[in-house]
Amino acid sequence: MFTVLTLMAIGIIIGFTIQDKAKIVKAIDPMINIAIYALLFLLGISVGTNEIIISNLDTLGAQALLLTLGGVMGSVVLAFFTYKFFFKTKK
Amino acid sequence: MKNSLIIVGFFVLGIFIGLYNLLPQIFVEIDFSIYALYILMFLVGVGIGADKKVWEILKNAKLKIVLVPLTVIVGTAIGVTIVSLFLKDVSLRESLAIGAGYGYYSLSSILISQISGEALGVVALIANIAREITTLLVTPLFAKYFGKIAPIASGGATSMDTTLPIIIKFVGKEYAIISVFSGIVLTMLVPFAVAFILKF
Repeated sequence: MFTVLTLMAIGIIIGFTIQDKAKIVKAIDPMINIAIYALLFLLGISVGTNEIIISNLDTLGAQALLLTLGGVMGSVVLAFFTYKFFFKTKK
Repeated sequence: MKNSLIIVGFFVLGIFIGLYNLLPQIFVEIDFSIYALYILMFLVGVGIGADKKVWEILKNAKLKIVLVPLTVIVGTAIGVTIVSLFLKDVSLRESLAIGAGYGYYSLSSILISQISGEALGVVALIANIAREITTLLVTPLFAKYFGKIAPIASGGATSMDTTLPIIIKFVGKEYAIISVFSGIVLTMLVPFAVAFILKF
């Protein structure tokens, strides 16, 4: 995983130095999309060939949605206080 | 939104090809995904580094703005910690890592499946897609009952792009910069947070 993070850091530095090369910069987003398509496709294949995951997809999905509920509600409730104490302008 | 559908489409297509054994044997023998991940992470880095708007916003940010992504980080951690008490297949550490996807489902699910296996990767994928969809659908209520930061907090890493239009619509243009800032910080944080939580 260290390799992954290092590659990203190198990417940021290179990206910073080529900011003015508009042609290259424009080509990055489509390339990112292709890489994401490829990776999600490969993840799909691993999942499809994994019987344990397929037969438990409903319980895994249910637990995922509970995590969403927790993450979103935690963020939103805390955001209520952040807004109230730091951002709300007095009337 | 269209791009999200394409991404999910590729994932579902992969599942069917895997299910019915339609794939060439070479895909089973060699794991291409780690190389694709290397390329992706490098490109994501270049994309962030080359984005002038990103540096502009980070440079001109007032100190107070930092509270917004911080709210998301702390709020998400508290929320998933509570939920994890009730889950049978996902540990606290894994729940925190999934939460630290902050809605950036493509990257977080790929990273998590590399570190902890495909089952957890699938949970991360569904949980983080649901975060984006929830934000798109419930933003009006969040804005009404929890204040103007709430939709941005709900959006997490997506508040800089996919959920930005709906957020601006309900909390106003003056919060656009805050929303983009929070999304940028969280997007950059995702790979580091996920790797850190699962590895240490």
